[in-house]
Amino acid sequence: MMSDTRSPSLEIKNLVTSFATANGEFRAVDDVSLDLYPGETLCVVGESGSGKSVMSRSILQIVDEPGRIVSGSILLHPGRSGRRGVIDLAKLKPRGPEIKSIRGREIAMIFQEPMSSLSPVHKIGDQVAESARVHDGLDRRAARARAIELLAKVEIPDPESAVDRYPFEFSGGMRQRAMIGMALACNPDILIADEPTTALDVTIQAEILQLLKTIQKTNGMAILFITHDMGVVAEIADEVAVMRHGRLLERGNVFDVFANPQHEYTRTLLRAAKNAEAPSDRRLAMRQVRPLGEPILRTQSLRKEYQLSPGFFGRGARKLVAVHDADIELRAGENIGIVGESGSGKTTLARCIQRIHSVSSGKILYKLGGSDEQDIAPLSDSQLREVWREMRIVFQDPFGSLNPRMTVGQIIAEPLVNNGLGTSRSRRDRVAELLDLVGLPSSSMERYPHAFSGGQRQRISIARAIAPEPRLIIADEATSALDVSIRTQIMDLLLDLQEKLDLSYLFISHDVGLVRYFCDRMVVMYRGKIVEQGETETICNDPQHAYTQSLLSAVPIADPRLRNTKTRTRYRETA
Amino acid sequence: MLAYILRRTLWSIPFLIGASFLAFVIIQAPPGDYLTTYAAKLEAAGQSVDTARLNSLRDRFGLDEPFIAQYWKWITNILRGDFGMSFEWQQPVADLVGERMLFSIILALSTILFTWAVALPVGVYSAIRKYTAGDYVVTVIGFIGLATPNFLVALTLMYFGVVYLGADVTGLFSPQYATAPWSWAKLLDLLSHLVIPVVIIGMSSTASLIRIMRANLLDELYKPYVTTARAKGLGELKLLLKYPVRLALNPFVSTIGWAFPQIISGSTIVAFVLSLPTADPLMLQALMSQDMYLAGAFILLLCILSIVGMLVSDILLAVVDPRIRYN
Amino acid sequence: MQTEAKVLDPRITASASQWRLIWGRFRKHKLAMAGLVIVTLLYLVAAFAEFFQPFDPNSTASQDVYHPPQAIRFFEADGAGNWSFRPHVIDMVLTRDPLTLTASYAEDPDAKTYIHVLGYGEPYRLAGLIPMQHKLIAAEGDGRFYLFGADRMGRDLFSRTVSGTRISMSIGLIGVAMSLVLGMLVGGVAGYFAGWFDRVSSRVIELIMAMPTIPIWLGLSAAIPANWDPMTRYFAITVILSLVGWTELARVVRGRFFALKTEDFVVAARLDGARPLRVIFRHMMPSLASHIIASVSLAIPVMILAETSLSFLGLGLLPPSVSWGVLLKEAQNIRAIATAPWLFIPGIFVALAVLSLNFLGDGLRDAADPYAQERG
Repeated sequence: MMSDTRSPSLEIKNLVTSFATANGEFRAVDDVSLDLYPGETLCVVGESGSGKSVMSRSILQIVDEPGRIVSGSILLHPGRSGRRGVIDLAKLKPRGPEIKSIRGREIAMIFQEPMSSLSPVHKIGDQVAESARVHDGLDRRAARARAIELLAKVEIPDPESAVDRYPFEFSGGMRQRAMIGMALACNPDILIADEPTTALDVTIQAEILQLLKTIQKTNGMAILFITHDMGVVAEIADEVAVMRHGRLLERGNVFDVFANPQHEYTRTLLRAAKNAEAPSDRRLAMRQVRPLGEPILRTQSLRKEYQLSPGFFGRGARKLVAVHDADIELRAGENIGIVGESGSGKTTLARCIQRIHSVSSGKILYKLGGSDEQDIAPLSDSQLREVWREMRIVFQDPFGSLNPRMTVGQIIAEPLVNNGLGTSRSRRDRVAELLDLVGLPSSSMERYPHAFSGGQRQRISIARAIAPEPRLIIADEATSALDVSIRTQIMDLLLDLQEKLDLSYLFISHDVGLVRYFCDRMVVMYRGKIVEQGETETICNDPQHAYTQSLLSAVPIADPRLRNTKTRTRYRETA
Repeated sequence: MLAYILRRTLWSIPFLIGASFLAFVIIQAPPGDYLTTYAAKLEAAGQSVDTARLNSLRDRFGLDEPFIAQYWKWITNILRGDFGMSFEWQQPVADLVGERMLFSIILALSTILFTWAVALPVGVYSAIRKYTAGDYVVTVIGFIGLATPNFLVALTLMYFGVVYLGADVTGLFSPQYATAPWSWAKLLDLLSHLVIPVVIIGMSSTASLIRIMRANLLDELYKPYVTTARAKGLGELKLLLKYPVRLALNPFVSTIGWAFPQIISGSTIVAFVLSLPTADPLMLQALMSQDMYLAGAFILLLCILSIVGMLVSDILLAVVDPRIRYN
Repeated sequence: MQTEAKVLDPRITASASQWRLIWGRFRKHKLAMAGLVIVTLLYLVAAFAEFFQPFDPNSTASQDVYHPPQAIRFFEADGAGNWSFRPHVIDMVLTRDPLTLTASYAEDPDAKTYIHVLGYGEPYRLAGLIPMQHKLIAAEGDGRFYLFGADRMGRDLFSRTVSGTRISMSIGLIGVAMSLVLGMLVGGVAGYFAGWFDRVSSRVIELIMAMPTIPIWLGLSAAIPANWDPMTRYFAITVILSLVGWTELARVVRGRFFALKTEDFVVAARLDGARPLRVIFRHMMPSLASHIIASVSLAIPVMILAETSLSFLGLGLLPPSVSWGVLLKEAQNIRAIATAPWLFIPGIFVALAVLSLNFLGDGLRDAADPYAQERG
């Protein structure tokens, strides 16, 4: 280790940040010590509730009320600003002038949600150059010139006109670039990035990470990067710190930590990340015993259009084609993954197949009850009830998908009640059995959903889905809202159920890794079109379409040794 | 922006048509038509009824024609500036409404300005000093303002004026100016008389706007963009005014849309109690005596005033919120 | 997750239904609780008005014109100086200044009117059903007393205010009930089925909301024939009030329906095979109900104020009906209120009722969605 010869920019020593709650003090950050060095990136990894975000906000004293720093020190060493001597940020008043002169000038910060983190009613240029106006005293004209310069630095096209535009006119990736430009306004020594790529598509994430690296190389700033994604860590970190429940479990050089994790929890996180890079063993084993069957569902030229504006007496009506003539085929016992980025139409396609949405044209041929194929595209809601008994859904949002006003027992029994299955007594037994199948105690029945965690709620959702003995389950981003370590558990549960109950899955995800783990075949969508489909492994190893190639090249690999070994391609659609 | 204003203005045309239709329904609602009432009135007053004149009037307003035709005749006449006849005043309605509508408009505008001028700073104060003594005082006063019928306040003020001050708080002018020609002194006199009605009429909308501003701002105060601005090193006050207050203003501006009809509505009764020379007391009198063309004209004009107020508020909203402008 | 822990402690609320959670949150709202108590009391008075009013609200006493209010004295000393519980009022006599001829009342310490708690008054039917003769308080013999004073015809303002409570509070309730039916029907259909009906009804609602309500109300009530009997007029006025008042409720219902319809759990109910009516009543209604109740309690005071205003202007209810607005009409001219400021008392009740209902509604609205903060 060369850490003895380097001098840190920032030293966090035994930091404790706590929130006063009705049930007493809650320590969100509990005795955390970290060092940050110029020109290096420290990644703090943790799941929700780990305190990583509160820790990063403690540095600038911008923790939301009622949180406050209780003890410990945050030593900021002199940097480019010319300020002399070490200063302890933890001792400063959150509203005092000293900390204000540091915020945005010596330490800048970027956040997760580029949309909500920018004011929607102020122009980009105004917001980007604001810290320069505050700290460097630039006038309006100079600030504008600085803003243009900064926008050019973060590679926003046409910065002269972009400077006068509003955030809502930008895409998510462009907004995050503008955020970064904003943070660079005073050329800070330290950049704190709080999950800056979590809300972005993976191809955009790759570009943003690249941009951060380039900037770091030219100005030598220290980056504190907060993330939950081990792949991202492997991609950019020099050092890693792992946090859980407010405590620091492990810290060290990224290569050491990945090669030889000390803490059990770090191993769990790494395992979960590595899992997503290969097919599930369980799935492969299952396919050996039980080969795939006949196709049970086929779509033919399935198309979904939305009317954007009604137009003036039918003239000038604008249409948006959400799904272009999709043809897919699902066989009995098979898992198909539909993968794509936001706006690719993957969810719309799934909802059309399930006929939650109506279909503009095309056919959905489904073997109802295993009999002959039947086109379910033109059916009405009441005719679809039988289809819906066999074709079930698990939603993404574990909070919104369960009625908070019904007990878990009532929720799971609902499909049984509506389909007239069983008596009230037998349904009760069935609910207990279902809860057991998804790994929850039968006492859960009497409780309301809000008593459960996200992962548990997703289990309840799954229990409801399998209640009427379905043949096909559509899992729409069913694991995206969950922490990494829970994701694999839920996917393994789904595979387990597949084996026991003879199910097929249509798995919708933006995450290629999950699809690779879970699905036999995959369908890649881009802007409403299916650009490629086939065996998952074939596509992952040898993608044919340029978009698939760029998508796969953007996926970070959870191994720092493979850093920079992939050539990134950027996909631009040719009109 | 211009396109938006144009589009929004065109949008209010169906509203105007709807309002005129409503006003006409009200004119037609009393049993019997206007002329039978008129004839009855004349007879009751012991005057002779001129049948020929009645017939010509009947013809002029198309009283024998179906409802829609009558409406058409009425509305086309109005577009030509003819609001019909007031049988009580024996004058064309158009001559009666002019100045009174002007005072109504002045009253409504002053009230809305007052409402804003008070609600905005108080609402902001109440939000940033949440759960302090000042906030509670504002909240309590706000609730009382919301709950007390404004005519009751008007009566109470009158009572105190008469009993304790010996002063008359009614009217919009001191006696010496009431019939005098316009001058600076008369204008000042008008302004000083406006204070009480404006405060009374504006009371409940001010109270509700304060609550809206407070809630809006509380929503905005903890948004991520505020944290972003704080992380840039902005001072708290500057930050507050530039970001959350600015954003909380948008829904606040849009509330004028409904505050305006409410203010016009509230002024009806206060103007009556304080005998202000606005449209309202005359309208009330016309309704009581079933002088329906006069009443209808007032109802129509007040509705138009409301619609125009909404239009202005929507345009203002587009001015302060680029998201609407660009949509 | 942290916020979740703060809002709801799962150990306690794991198996609590939404109504228990709502009640738990509502109870913390002190002003709302006070509002609830007062509103309950007012509706009790309204329901059993005959029991609470000592006299017939329309009985006149020519010798007691503008009689000032009297305070109840609960105890009385006998000759020996022993105090005993005998509620009474000191009578007042009318004197006229011989020069100016102005009338004034003066206390006559020797003349008392005794008051019996649960004493006998004129026979009546409680809530129009149970024949009774007991009153909460009644004067001994033929005596009269005036807790709130008397009006220009010597009618007891206390009895009249109690009687007005019935009409004013019920007009709010009935008016809102009618608005609710209309609002739920239009808002519900528009929200659930969307399409052209939604577009048309939304425009109509916007139009009505853009109108200044009082002039419209006045215009419509001016059309009610003057010779209709009080009961018919009461209903006509209620209908007129709800014709304008339903729009806000329709908007709330429609908005909630729209928001709920796209909630995953409602989509899930459809996929669970629930038919439309079951989706609405089993899955959506429980979430809507608490919001609707809150909106209703905020709509009632608007109705009460509207009735008061109309009656005050002489275009709402007319005597012999007694409502708070009708009573306040007496206080319309300066001379009357200068001689008899107690004519304002019904106004205090209007303010009290409106204020309490607003507090109640506010508390309900805050508590209506106990799961709201959960997603943090």
